[in-house]
Amino acid sequence: MAQIAKEIDRDKLLDIYTRTMKVNRTDEKFRALLMGGKVAVMYYCVRGQELVSAAAMAALEKEDYVVCTYRGQGEQTAKGIPMEKWWGECLGKATGTCKGKGGTMHITDPETGIMVTTGVVGSGLPIANGLAMASQNNGDGRVTLVSFGDGAANIGGFHEAMNMAQLYKLPVIFLCQNNRYGEHTSYADHTDSPNIASRAEGYGMKGVTVDGNDVHQIYPAMVEAVARARAGEGPTLVEAMCYRMMGHFFGADFSYMPPEHIAEMKAEDPLPKLRQVMLDYQFTEEELDAIVADINAQIDAAVEHALAAPLPDIDEIYKDVLEETA
Amino acid sequence: MAQITMTQALNLAIDEAMADDPGVFCLGEDVAAKQGGGVFKITSGLTEKYGANRIRATPISETAIIGAAVGAALAGQRPIAEIMLMNFVGVCMDQIVNHAAKLRFMSGGQTPCPIVIRTTTGVGVGFGGQHSDMLEAWFAHVAGIHVVTPSNAADARGLMRASIDANDPVIFIENILCYGLKSEDPGPGYRVPLGKAAIAREGTDISLITYGRTVLDALAVADDLAKEGISVEVIDLRTIAPYDEATVLASVRKTGRALTLHEAVRPFGTGAELAANIQEKCWDNLKGPVRRIGGTFSAVPFASHLEQAWIPQKSDIVAQIKASVGKL
Repeated sequence: MAQIAKEIDRDKLLDIYTRTMKVNRTDEKFRALLMGGKVAVMYYCVRGQELVSAAAMAALEKEDYVVCTYRGQGEQTAKGIPMEKWWGECLGKATGTCKGKGGTMHITDPETGIMVTTGVVGSGLPIANGLAMASQNNGDGRVTLVSFGDGAANIGGFHEAMNMAQLYKLPVIFLCQNNRYGEHTSYADHTDSPNIASRAEGYGMKGVTVDGNDVHQIYPAMVEAVARARAGEGPTLVEAMCYRMMGHFFGADFSYMPPEHIAEMKAEDPLPKLRQVMLDYQFTEEELDAIVADINAQIDAAVEHALAAPLPDIDEIYKDVLEETA
Repeated sequence: MAQITMTQALNLAIDEAMADDPGVFCLGEDVAAKQGGGVFKITSGLTEKYGANRIRATPISETAIIGAAVGAALAGQRPIAEIMLMNFVGVCMDQIVNHAAKLRFMSGGQTPCPIVIRTTTGVGVGFGGQHSDMLEAWFAHVAGIHVVTPSNAADARGLMRASIDANDPVIFIENILCYGLKSEDPGPGYRVPLGKAAIAREGTDISLITYGRTVLDALAVADDLAKEGISVEVIDLRTIAPYDEATVLASVRKTGRALTLHEAVRPFGTGAELAANIQEKCWDNLKGPVRRIGGTFSAVPFASHLEQAWIPQKSDIVAQIKASVGKL
């Protein structure tokens, strides 16, 4: 892995911590609701990958574009979708980002820059190129980040998109969250190359593998990739090594994970590590607890709001099909 | 008035749309000046006017082409993506069907996807099984897409302009054998609204509903049959989906008979949907069953005499019409 550890500004670190805990508390809350039978929807847990999403979103500007996947809660909440709208959509309510018509796998909030959440593995990369192409065409200075897993690196669209992005030097960042599993298949059982980032070289692109559980690796790598894109120097493939600490989706069996893998991922859990970094930066336990308590309160309020919110009108099934039906 | 070919008509429509709106741009294989302005020259001369960013020659990567068009559209631009030959849509169906068509709906109306996907095809050119198919029914079956095809140069100019204006994805199907067809130039700014059929020829005995290249066959047959006293009304749908139901139903209510005709294979084709809808809504007006003609249900063959036999024949059209109106 690349050793690009750099000092991080204290305010930025606090920002990353806050975003990380927002992702984590949202994930915990969602699992509690599902476990308690309060809601019954598809949810793809992000436990173990909170820091990667938070650091990536902290490296972007508000107006930058993001394309993510069904396991996109981290990007969505860390980029800043208003919680009430986010929960509203996840619970299929009229108050959701997409009026309840997209759901957990298709969260879209252009105001926050979450342009597409795709449910199809690998399909986000070609679309991210297009968003970046628009920025290149109109000179608006935005960059586009697309997040995907290691499983996506083996689908055709990945390769087509990587080649095209490098060919045109598009302002795009390919963030591969290598969580070691593609659906229920381990990395070793779906890929023989030692890592994903080395594929970048095959396209003439810059690629880097970093520890996604170490804020001093993932955040500087993201900053560098964003700067390269913004300067017109082209795309970067950032591979963030991390762990998916749950099954493919909530409720899915993951007993196939070997005990040594479980032990390894517990030892590498990004949350205690980040907490320790915060303490090293002279944040106090009380300050950090207060941040989490505040996030919990916001989430609780947003969930209450969403639970009480109205369902979409039945007529919505006919609307937004074409402009004529808007 | 000057005559223009369909090739010129499409080029003019794209040119004037690009001049009017800096957000309109083209991408696709071989579309730029270096490659000769596209294999069928539709984008010829546009690189010189608008530069390489707005006429982007791409790698042979259909998924990346359509994905890029989708993304650019979400960012407010109006991409015109070329899929060189219609069969190649098989490579990028995910981007068209799961993304372009659905993003408006799945986002609750926040992210419309205004892209034009230009593609060409046609049986009778000798291109064989993977370069000839009319696949319009694949897209007509998906909510959230307009499917458009012109049968003459004037309509090509007007439909292309309207397709670029549209705020949703349009599959714009060109037929290789129609590029040389000439019309009187309808002039700058001409638009043919999407979803509006044309009555290509008025008649009273039977409604022959078709689109694209087979409109020419339909008109030729109608001419011949007029000499025998059979009056055929030819409807050119122009927009295959969502189609102009009002015009179709009004025509069938008038004539009491209907025949659908398309180059695509007959089973599960658009003719089946038209026939079913006509029978549901015009039952009391119908003097007989709605009939359908389509291509042979096999891959398009290579050998010229096989290929010619594969295509719906004018003699079939005549026979079906005579069988239908037999009880005049």
